[in-house]
Amino acid sequence: MSWTRVCEVDDVEEEDVIGVSIDGRDIAVYRAEDGSFYASEGHCTHERMLLCEGLVMDGIIECPKHNGRFRITDGKAMGAPVTVDLRTHPVKVEDGEVHVDLG
Amino acid sequence: MSTSADLSSDVRRIVVVGAGECGTHAAMALRDKGFDGEITLIGRESVHAYERPPLSKGALAVDEMALVHPWTPEQLAQAHIDLRLGVEVMGIDLEAGTVTTTADAGGEEEIPWDRLLLALGSDPRRLQLDEVTYLRTHEDAEALRALLHPDGHLLVVGAGFIGLEIAAGARERGMDVTVVEAGSRALGRIVPEEVAAQVVALHEAHGVPLRVATTVTGLRREGDRVRAVLSDGDELLVDAVVAGIGATPTTALAEAAGLLVDDGIVVDEALRTSDPRVFAAGDCASFPDARSGGRVRLESWRNAHDQAETAAASMLGQTEAHVAVPWFWSDQYDQMLSVAGLPGTGERAVLRHRDDGVLLHLGLDAQDRLVHAAAVGPGAGVAKDIRVAEKLIAAAVPLDPAQLEDPGVPLRSILKAATA
Repeated sequence: MSWTRVCEVDDVEEEDVIGVSIDGRDIAVYRAEDGSFYASEGHCTHERMLLCEGLVMDGIIECPKHNGRFRITDGKAMGAPVTVDLRTHPVKVEDGEVHVDLG
Repeated sequence: MSTSADLSSDVRRIVVVGAGECGTHAAMALRDKGFDGEITLIGRESVHAYERPPLSKGALAVDEMALVHPWTPEQLAQAHIDLRLGVEVMGIDLEAGTVTTTADAGGEEEIPWDRLLLALGSDPRRLQLDEVTYLRTHEDAEALRALLHPDGHLLVVGAGFIGLEIAAGARERGMDVTVVEAGSRALGRIVPEEVAAQVVALHEAHGVPLRVATTVTGLRREGDRVRAVLSDGDELLVDAVVAGIGATPTTALAEAAGLLVDDGIVVDEALRTSDPRVFAAGDCASFPDARSGGRVRLESWRNAHDQAETAAASMLGQTEAHVAVPWFWSDQYDQMLSVAGLPGTGERAVLRHRDDGVLLHLGLDAQDRLVHAAAVGPGAGVAKDIRVAEKLIAAAVPLDPAQLEDPGVPLRSILKAATA
């Protein structure tokens, strides 16, 4: 396991997403409505749009351009136009800081 | 979306005419909804469904154009969709319940159906002039790309979404570009004046002048170039002329079959035509808009997908009304323009100026309910707010204009309060 600190808990509003970069790789970090954190690849599997500009609602992230929808907990693609699941990454929160493990 | 399957047992054969994104999405949605009968998907283009939006956007600016296919041929084959590409449908026989196609070897083939979906799309409106290029298919895009070169001058006719996207793409390839527009301003159909002005300013900052209330009265080839005579008497010597002046629904087939057509194939809220076994979706369909009470026809990517879902459900007897909020977007240079809802129904407007350069125009009706939202700004910065606006339009509840105007109050907190 190799954890990278990416942000503070307060950097992400509830039901929102921010974009971070780990070793040049774009990663999306989500905060669910219940306060729990998730992380995924930063781009939509469809046309390489940055997901951090998208809207998080009811546990789903929507790509800002085509409204491709993915479940933030496990990256599952929720139907056309996206057919490929989003790769997710483990997240832990310690002392108010968010860490992501890209494996 | 309802997933409960009422698969009317008399529906065993479904034919979809039009294999673009709308028709193909509908075919795949039929399988998702549990239909296991025959699906024949007929398209006149020779390639399987690809996304048209990039053709006027990124595809013009890059060196190599690659088509984006939402489904692979393998996915379509696995779904047991009988895909007929490069095939023209010659006629529909409502009485016999068949379509007649051009078959291989020049003959004709009759294909029977229990349900028929027409996803015929639209065709670019044309000028009564030679020497003009239009953009609809990937072949059109290839032809247009061949005309774009850094030393040249491109004349764009029409300052709507397509015309301005082409102008931006050509400019990014280093061309000089002039845009003429017959109307009094750019983006007159669905974008409010304040937002359109910011888009025009963006073009001017990139060195693209817009000449409004101007038409092209004549085009004359002079060697490799074309001389354009404008309605104000000016003449421009250009290398190519491209027009983006709207589209007309592709309805000839429906009309010839005796289906009701009035600026589009007339359908009800379930996308059923005047024949209850025949449905229409996408650019070619004129449907009742629940919010405005009028009929609308939308030429948009999102609508093509949304209506494909509705049509698939309707054909299987799963009653489902089409109520999606219209949504449009455009990429120009490094900015995104996006619109939700339809204009013209708003009684008054509120402007929201965000400090990141995003301008939002929010149209409210007499009860202060949001009916229309348009925004322009850097990157994809408009996307979140327009998506929230779309949900506010769908919620149709009275809102506080002062809060909408204040960029310090997040739109999504307004949405949460409104839908709590």
